[in-house]
Amino acid sequence: MTMTSSETTSERMTGSRFGYRFNIVGMIGLSVILFWAIVAIFAPLIIPYPVGEIVDLDYFGPMSADFWLGSDYLGRDMFSRILMGARYTVGISLAAVTIACFSGVVLGMIAAVAGGWLDTVLSRFLDALNSIPSKLFGLVVVAAVGSSIPVLILTLSVIYIPGSYRFARALAVNINAMDFVTVARIRGESTWYLIRSEILPNIVGPVLADLGIRFVFIVLLLSGLSFLGLGVQPPYADWGALVRENIGGLPFGAPAVMAPSFAIASLTISVNLLIDNLPKKIRDRSE
Amino acid sequence: MNNRVLSLVLSRLLIALITLVIVSFAVFFATTLLPGDTATILLGQAATPEAVEGLRKAMHLDDPAIFRFLRWIVGLLQGDLGTSYANDMPVADLIGGRFINTLKLAGVTALFSVPIALTLGISSAMLRGSLYDRIVTVMTIGVISVPEFMIATSAVLIFAVYLKWLPALSFANEIHSLSDMLRIYAMPVITLTFVISAQMIRMTRAAVIETLNTPYVEMALLKGASRPRMVLRHALPNALGPIVNAVALSLSYLLGGVIIVETIFNYPGIAKLMVDAVATRDLPLIQSCAMIFCLGYLLLITTADIIAILSNPRLR
Repeated sequence: MTMTSSETTSERMTGSRFGYRFNIVGMIGLSVILFWAIVAIFAPLIIPYPVGEIVDLDYFGPMSADFWLGSDYLGRDMFSRILMGARYTVGISLAAVTIACFSGVVLGMIAAVAGGWLDTVLSRFLDALNSIPSKLFGLVVVAAVGSSIPVLILTLSVIYIPGSYRFARALAVNINAMDFVTVARIRGESTWYLIRSEILPNIVGPVLADLGIRFVFIVLLLSGLSFLGLGVQPPYADWGALVRENIGGLPFGAPAVMAPSFAIASLTISVNLLIDNLPKKIRDRSE
Repeated sequence: MNNRVLSLVLSRLLIALITLVIVSFAVFFATTLLPGDTATILLGQAATPEAVEGLRKAMHLDDPAIFRFLRWIVGLLQGDLGTSYANDMPVADLIGGRFINTLKLAGVTALFSVPIALTLGISSAMLRGSLYDRIVTVMTIGVISVPEFMIATSAVLIFAVYLKWLPALSFANEIHSLSDMLRIYAMPVITLTFVISAQMIRMTRAAVIETLNTPYVEMALLKGASRPRMVLRHALPNALGPIVNAVALSLSYLLGGVIIVETIFNYPGIAKLMVDAVATRDLPLIQSCAMIFCLGYLLLITTADIIAILSNPRLR
């Protein structure tokens, strides 16, 4: 399921006293992610122009000293709009991926520890959910309830719970078969204790790496939905919605069309780079 | 031993059937049980309560949901897809031609992407670790980690805006000549080919590498077989199952791809129909389109699984 390939993890990585050390590519990925995180938090303080205000006389203006990334279809400053868009893209995706992975991992661990009919029913049901193509699921839900930010977050997390569940369950089943879990069980520990103190600490590394991959999927799906006009609604705009608004500028090669796409690409590629270059110690069981 | 294969395939088909039932359940309930009264939406805000009540009765909206679900499923099985809310036409008529258009687009894309992806995937697995392999890997990860619409817009920028070979974002309904057809299909097919190939290359490469790591390939290496012989005679025949599996799985990414591509290029296919139906909240149309997509997706992943079972020599 993961986009990672093990052989790219470098042998160049030196051992470190602190346990973790990132190689140079991983560092680049990490710094781009941190950059967007900071932008998302402080966006209102650093935007050069108010996002809703028409500041350029021209529409689809080119890049200039005043407007770093040109202007959009109404003549609003594109640079400010992208900085603000980071809040929606990063924020919604982060919220969705947190809910999805939390629910998926908890359900997965419960299924692995409890076993029996609960495991079978849960697995069958979530596998069935998984065989609805993700974009389609989004389309159907938005058609039924309309699009708002809470609906988006919930929909995106429901779509990615099955994948997270399957991943966590596979890991937990392996741990569950180990001697120390059997010992704890014989000792008479409760299911909750087994999950929290025996299973979770042993799967947390790969689960975090999986969270990163799923974050990328969610960013892509959210951008896709917004691009179709079904995601974040005006007056707010995430990066996908920014591309949709300005698609009319495509025949003129306006920077307003490509700039938000590049923002998405920089974020998703950086997350992939970081995950691919995580120290083996964190993701050794994620293959 | 053949009985085992048969029972595995049959159980896989059974699972697919159960999944289909759960999926149709999910699609139906997502579209009908959620808030928003269909009759009120259809008649608009100004409708009298009596009119709304009458329509509710006529559409059986007051029946328990489970009956409506069963009625809908029986209708589907008999080929009755219902009537569109938006323009009162049978959904089957609306979908018919559009569905063929989408199939054409998907078929042409598969025709291009499968050979390209297999060549690149297998060759990069053979030359694992080389510069060529790294370039291919970086490119595929790059394509996979950007949204489909970015590939589409980049293709328009390159081929229509800078090179001026093809028209941007337009679609002619009449096809007069071969060049017309090329112009219509070129851009959607280029975009989809990129998206699908990237997935397929990645999976094919992984499948071949897995086979190359097996003891019998190592044996071939030790007895002094040349590299091409090792790959072509020893590894590939055994990797064939996983590769076909990978092809079927990546073709399922077509579904997500066509939704974006048909919208951006205004291609009259079923995905565009569905996106438009979402805008008008035309539920019967959305349900039918969703079922067609889910069916196609399920068909592809089930085929992939069955091929994986059939091609596993240990089960024979």
